Amino acid sequence: MFPKELLSSTMAAISPLLSVKPTRGLVDEKIQIIVRNLPARFPVTLHSLYLSEDKDYWEAFGHYTSDNRGTVTVSEHASVGGTYEGTEPMGLLWSMQPVPGSRTGLRLRKMNVLTPMVVHISVFSGHVTEGFSKQSPLATVVIERWYLAPGVRRIDIKEDGITGTLFLPSGPGPFPGVLDLWGGGGGLVEYRSALLASHGFVSMALEYFSTEKNRASNLHIKYFEKAFRIVQEHPLVMKDNVALFGLSLGTSITLHMAAYSKAVSPRCCVCVSGSHVQPINSPFKDVSEKFQENGSKIRVDEDGCLIWKDIILPIPTDPGLKVDMGRIKCPVILIVGEDDQSWATVESAEDMTQMMRAAGNEHLLTTFRYPGAGHLIEPPYTPHVRASNFIVQPIRQKVTMLWGGYPKPHASAQEDSWEEILRFLQQHLYPSQDSVPKAKL
Amino acid sequence: MSRKVDRVIISPSPLLLIHPSRGLIDEKFSVIVQHLPPFIEITLHALIHSDDGDLWEAFGHYVSDATGLVNVDSNASLGGTYDGLEPMGLLWSMRPVPGSRLGLRLRKKEVNTPVVVTISVYRGHMGQGFNEQTALASVVAERWYMAPGVRRLDITEAGVTGTLFLPSGPGPFPALLDLWGGGGGLVEYRSALLASHGFASLALEYMTPRTSGDSTSHVGNEYFEAAFTLLKQHPQVCGDRIAIVGLSFGASVALGMAVYSTVIQPRCLVCVSCSHVQPVKGSLSDVFADISKYVHNIENRVIWRDLLLPIPTDPTKKVDMGKLPCPVLLIVGEDDQNWPATESAEDMKQMMEKAGNSHLLTTLSYPGTGHLIEPPYSPHVRVSNFMMTQTRQKILVLWGGDTAPHSHAQEDSWKKTITFLEEHLYRTTSVTSQSQL
Repeated sequence: MFPKELLSSTMAAISPLLSVKPTRGLVDEKIQIIVRNLPARFPVTLHSLYLSEDKDYWEAFGHYTSDNRGTVTVSEHASVGGTYEGTEPMGLLWSMQPVPGSRTGLRLRKMNVLTPMVVHISVFSGHVTEGFSKQSPLATVVIERWYLAPGVRRIDIKEDGITGTLFLPSGPGPFPGVLDLWGGGGGLVEYRSALLASHGFVSMALEYFSTEKNRASNLHIKYFEKAFRIVQEHPLVMKDNVALFGLSLGTSITLHMAAYSKAVSPRCCVCVSGSHVQPINSPFKDVSEKFQENGSKIRVDEDGCLIWKDIILPIPTDPGLKVDMGRIKCPVILIVGEDDQSWATVESAEDMTQMMRAAGNEHLLTTFRYPGAGHLIEPPYTPHVRASNFIVQPIRQKVTMLWGGYPKPHASAQEDSWEEILRFLQQHLYPSQDSVPKAKL
Repeated sequence: MSRKVDRVIISPSPLLLIHPSRGLIDEKFSVIVQHLPPFIEITLHALIHSDDGDLWEAFGHYVSDATGLVNVDSNASLGGTYDGLEPMGLLWSMRPVPGSRLGLRLRKKEVNTPVVVTISVYRGHMGQGFNEQTALASVVAERWYMAPGVRRLDITEAGVTGTLFLPSGPGPFPALLDLWGGGGGLVEYRSALLASHGFASLALEYMTPRTSGDSTSHVGNEYFEAAFTLLKQHPQVCGDRIAIVGLSFGASVALGMAVYSTVIQPRCLVCVSCSHVQPVKGSLSDVFADISKYVHNIENRVIWRDLLLPIPTDPTKKVDMGKLPCPVLLIVGEDDQNWPATESAEDMKQMMEKAGNSHLLTTLSYPGTGHLIEPPYSPHVRVSNFMMTQTRQKILVLWGGDTAPHSHAQEDSWKKTITFLEEHLYRTTSVTSQSQL
């Protein structure tokens, strides 16, 4: 690209020392980026680049000026422009967007958790906003971001009609367990379970909305009860210490099971971006069909993105149309994005609170509401998308769904809620120091 | 241990977390155990399966606090293979498990893969029999010599044999010639780690007997000059920013080359556990022959340090340090039983003071530290097996040092080595010796 002599003289002028730690981290671990040996008060751009599994390039960048010692410390200095601004230690990860010219409606998800996300962090001379691939950076460091800690085992589960993936922490156990339920997008999404196992929980990611047409029948409560028991009965799991973790439609299922299942009792429930509104007496597949029926309430924004939020509004008063929250006997943590455009989670959370207050079990409920956050509240530092391509199951219709949220507040919501969720799970799945130990098998 | 069917389980196993779970060899990690009962005794244990198939272990005794927590960053070990407040003790105090072969040394040959450490928590204060007990919890941590993006290249050109490690990024990079000691062979791990810090680093093989021809025909001054030139001309290297890092015999070579070679002009030197005493006129094979002839008479643990003592006053027997043109960082273990590093350092200082170039000298001297001063957190050995390169004779060599001070010396000297190299190879405003010539 450049002749060696020119590069040498450039090196002689500016040869920064770029360090990023850790070079191999878990996806939810923070990174420290420091650039040293720049000239004093020198403008530079810090840039991140990631090639996704779908072969799309994602990038983020921030504009900095070195201090009097020629140093940029990302955790202390403010970005004055780019895909993020301000003092944002993790901005180079959470503010990533598809590079100019990319396909539209993309969402960044790691489907193979056995390999890391490989991100290139570079420092460029000056405040650059485009054309990064056409310039030579001053320095580049490669980092790995893993969903799986070393020693965590991944096991395919195909038993008794249940399809899923089980992740086991290393060690003799026994461990608390989690049944991990994603949303109406379907498929088998493993990364959150892999990360939970890296934090010491046995976690099973359940496939329940597969893309095969003949699988609609797996949307019956018995399917989820069986899956829950698979986790409970695993030899490394403490059977009384198993939680339900749901996002979106997964939350609907979680709340239904917590209130009505006679076969399983979760120790606690994590409910992200979801609602208690659902037809109670019909199998779950009716839930998504109900969504289609209320098609008139689906709005479309100026970009052609679907807004599903109004489908369940107003929150019904008919008890046959929502989970009876008064029946829930275990702690529940609700995570709500106030700019959720996909489900009316704010209104649902308010109604849930009122129901539990009336029933006298409100003490079980903890709610975290995040202004400016959208529907897809995921583990931290992966990029937020306000809208993305979505296939509506089981009719397999391709749409662009508006999820809502804005990059910075959504990123903060992901970071904060993940911490709260882990703390919640630890609190309820491990014994507290002052509780009387129960002699239970 | 079999599980009884009617065993009453009250709680999940304690939660053991290592952060980072994948680190570089020289990075610190935190080890935290939570959800223990309060005020109970536990043992933290670390286990490595070496490339050679041996087991190494370390352990520390702790007591959980009122919240059931043990954190090695803030809790002291009360005993084991290390004691006191030692966050990295589980790594640097490792030693072969009881019943192992004698004279082992833990060295990673394959740098493309990590060192895998199993960290476990055991109930009570245990000193042995770890493999017969079920741990309360156990996790795996990886320790890497190579950062992601570092490239490893086999070098067999211009008669030079070695391995070049290039940092990630467009380059070009300042470079290092990395010279090990009289043990010979091709030792890559320090170069891999240096490349992970931003230096192109060539680990040079120079002391391996060939099966044909003169066994030390490549151990001549021209060989090192060829290696230096190869680096200088490499398209990914800044030709005017090359240093030499040497340990033991390699460091002595570095001193000799820096002073006498017209081809080798390093920006600076890092010399670990070395001496400037050598027959200057002869080739390196002469030096080596000089040393080996003493070994025949010494049995059991060879203490070599006396062979070079007393430091000669005859200038033909030592490198003329007054002519050293570049900054040098000398790293000295005061309990070095292999080379007279302390005495040599003292003599080098005197020579340089007399000649007026002592401002180029920085000496780091560590009490209780032996000869093998390596990158941090790898276990210290006071004695190990050694194969004489030319005679293929196997002996046990005494390196010296006591584990705790030696390990602290490794940590401190490595940090200062990196800073020294950054100072002289990266900083644009550093004043080098070249301008003084």
